[in-house]
Amino acid sequence: MLKGHQSWIYTNKPRIISTGTVVGPFEGQGPLANDFDKIHGDLYIGQESWEKAERVLIEESADLAIQKAGLTKEAVQFYFGGDLMNQIISSSFAARSLSIPYFGLFGACSTSMESLSLASFIVNYGGAKYALAGTCSHNASVEKQFRYPTEYGSQKPPTAQFTVTGSGSAIISLEGDGPRVTSATIGKVIDMGITDPFNMGAAMAPAAVDTIQAHFRDMQIDPSYYDLIVTGDLSKVGYDIANELFERHKFPIRQTTYKDCGMMIYDYNKQKVQAGASGCGCSAVVTYGHLLNQLRKGDLKRILVVATGALLSPLSFQQGESIPCIAHAVSIESGE
Amino acid sequence: MSKSTRKNLTPMQQQYQRLAMAKEPKRPAFVNCIRAFLSGGLICLIGECIRQAFIAYGGFSEKEAGNPTVAVLIILSVILTSIGVYDKISQWAGAGTAVPVTGFANSMASSAIEHRAEGLVLGVGAGMFQLAGSVVVFGTVAAFFVGIIYAIFVPGYAGGGH
Repeated sequence: MLKGHQSWIYTNKPRIISTGTVVGPFEGQGPLANDFDKIHGDLYIGQESWEKAERVLIEESADLAIQKAGLTKEAVQFYFGGDLMNQIISSSFAARSLSIPYFGLFGACSTSMESLSLASFIVNYGGAKYALAGTCSHNASVEKQFRYPTEYGSQKPPTAQFTVTGSGSAIISLEGDGPRVTSATIGKVIDMGITDPFNMGAAMAPAAVDTIQAHFRDMQIDPSYYDLIVTGDLSKVGYDIANELFERHKFPIRQTTYKDCGMMIYDYNKQKVQAGASGCGCSAVVTYGHLLNQLRKGDLKRILVVATGALLSPLSFQQGESIPCIAHAVSIESGE
Repeated sequence: MSKSTRKNLTPMQQQYQRLAMAKEPKRPAFVNCIRAFLSGGLICLIGECIRQAFIAYGGFSEKEAGNPTVAVLIILSVILTSIGVYDKISQWAGAGTAVPVTGFANSMASSAIEHRAEGLVLGVGAGMFQLAGSVVVFGTVAAFFVGIIYAIFVPGYAGGGH
C-alpha cells in the first residue's frame, strides 16, 4: 500500500523465511565470518574466470536459501536479481541455471534492497507464494570492469573502497517463520556532481540521506522507532558526510544507532581496505547474514536497511560525467 | 575536477562539494614521495647491480649491458605480477614502482593475465595494451617530434642512425 510519496507499507508483513550468504576468502577473515553460510578459500571458486566465479557465488547463495527454506526450485515463483556486471550477466546466467521466472534488476549496490522491496511487494499481494531476492558482487570482476586489471599496481587513494566478494539471497513468503518486511522507501536518483570513481562514499551519501529522510517523512515516525539504521556501502568517507548532512538538516539520527555495512565487514586494523567495503554483495551479506541473525536472536527488534548504489558505468566516467546515485530503504522487524 | 565541469554545477551541488572535499581524507603526498624515492631508488639500485654483474661476469660492454638488464627487470616484474605480489608492493610504493620499466611490464602483464579468459587473440593479444597502449602511442609520437627537432637543430645528425 502506498504511504506518502515514495513508500510502501506491506500490510500482510511478508517474512524472510530463509537466507543464503556466500563470501570469498578476504571476507572470511573479517569480523563477521561466523554469520556467513559459506566461505570460499579461493577467489576463483574453481572457475576459469572472475565472471564465472561471480555467477557461482549467486547460484550457491540462491541454492542455500531455497534449501534452508525446505523448498525446491520449482516451488519458487519469481526471482528478483541483479549485480554490477555489464548487462547483469551474473544474475541472468544464474537465473538460467535456476530456471525460476526472473526479473533482472540494476540498481548497482542498491540492488539488495531493490530486489527485497519488490519481492516483498509481489508476495504481499499474493503475486507469489515464494519469491527469491538476491544479488552478488566479486572483487576481481568489478575491478576488471570498472577500474584496472586486478594485478595492476596502482596506488589507491584513502577514499577508495574494496568491493566485497559475496552473494546474499533471501526467500520471501507469507508462510513460515522469520523476520518480517514491513515497509520500504524507494529512492530518487541524486547527483551532487561528484566525478571521482575512487570516492563513491561522497557520491552516494546524499542519496542515502535523501531516502532516509523521505522514509521518516512518509511513514510519520521518528528514527527512535528503529534499533538500528544501516546504510549499504558509504564507508568511512560517506558515513562521515552522511552524519554531517543529518546534522545540517536537523534530522534526529542520534535517536537511534546509525551504522554502515561497508564499515562492518572488514577489520580496518588488519585488512587494508582504505575507506571500507562496497559492492552489491556488501549490504546483501551483512544484512542477510549478520543483521538477520541478530534479529532472529532478538538482539535487534527493528532495523532499517538503506542500500546505496552508484549508477555509473565505466564509459560514463571516462567521458567525464558525474556519478548519479540512489538508495532504497527496507524496514525489517523481528518475528512475531 | 576540471573548471569547465564545475561551472555547470548548481549552487547546491557546489555547496555539497565543498563539504565533501572537507571530509575527504587527503592522499599523504609527502609520505608518498618519500616511499616513491626509496622504492624507485631501490629498483634502480638493483638494476645497476645487475648491469654491473653483466659487465663483470657476462662479457658485455658498458653500452651493451643495458638491454639484458632491462630484460631481467621486466622478467622479475612479470614474475612478481603473476604471483600477485606487485600490486601489493605498489600500494605502498606508488610512483616508485610505477615509473621504472618494472611498472610498464606490470601494466602489460596484469592486462594480459586479466584478459586471458577472453581468449588468446581478442583477450591477451588485444587486452595487454589496455593500459600500456597509450604509453606506446604517446611515447612514439613524442619521439617523432623530438627526432624532427633534433634533425633541424643538430644538422650533423640529419642522416640519423648511430
